[in-house]
Amino acid sequence: MKAKIDRTYEGSFHIVGGDFSRAGEASTELKSILLNVGIDEDTVRRVAIATFEAEMNIMIYATAGILRYTISPDEIRVVAEDMGPGIEDIELAMQEGYSTAPDWVREMGWGAGMGLPNMKKNSDVFRIESVVGEGTTVEMTIRLKDC
Amino acid sequence: MKLKDIAEILSLKPLTPAGGLEREVSGGYVGDLLSDVMANAGEGNIWITLQTHVNIVAVAVFKNLSAVVIVNGRMPDADTIDKAVSENIPLLLTGKSAFETAGKLYQILNAKGLQD
Ligand SMILES: Nc1ncnc2c1ncn2[C@@H]1O[C@H](COP(=O)(O)OP(=O)(O)O)[C@@H](O)[C@H]1O
Ligand SMILES: [Mg+2]
Repeated sequence: MKAKIDRTYEGSFHIVGGDFSRAGEASTELKSILLNVGIDEDTVRRVAIATFEAEMNIMIYATAGILRYTISPDEIRVVAEDMGPGIEDIELAMQEGYSTAPDWVREMGWGAGMGLPNMKKNSDVFRIESVVGEGTTVEMTIRLKDC
Repeated sequence: MKLKDIAEILSLKPLTPAGGLEREVSGGYVGDLLSDVMANAGEGNIWITLQTHVNIVAVAVFKNLSAVVIVNGRMPDADTIDKAVSENIPLLLTGKSAFETAGKLYQILNAKGLQD
């Protein structure tokens, strides 16, 4: 049975880099919003993981950005937008294992080069746009399933 | 198998309330790369790692893991323990290596699987 989402819910979170102890707060909050409106656990897990990776990338590479979500009767959409340095070669960045994360980030267990692949894997539709010197936008759509 | 029984056999030291040890363990996953754990760990798994930073709790919550076991006698940051308590994620310590811990856990769960 499909979750009965009778209207559209929208919201956003500001992500600020630097303080990694706060990483995951936006994803955690989004997770509880999704559970509250009755989205199934499997879908919530996919959204939470994809959003957490997007949140981390903003914190690591862009220092600041915004995460917007839309929950509609058919799908959940998360858009992560930042005004960071942008990505020069998106195809390369999408490759599993490619990472430019600095050592201090790697020491904390990030920088495996699996963030963008994880976002793609957990989304039904994944789009990324980036302009060097302007910023990066990642758009992820997860369809609500008939279970 | 219950986390409590596994913790006893492996002499794991819990840093979080005993109530959390009642949960069922489905298997295990070893890794120090958070994105890898998010991609490949299974629901209900015990996660064996040397990472101690607070972000491990968020990973455990999102993946619905049964526990995080920190190896090599490493001590997690204070805010990691606080977060684990508030998010209800069991956090346990061992002086043993990831290799030894995973080996023993695999043995226990396998033996249990054969019995059931
Ligand atoms: N928002 C972003 N702004 C600038 N660069 C980014 C952004 N997101 C990803 N990148 C680049 O793409 C690479 C791969 O990202 P990802 O797959 O998340 O792996 P990781 O974060 O572990 O390096 C990063 O190392 C970085 O060079
Ligand atoms: Mg990343």
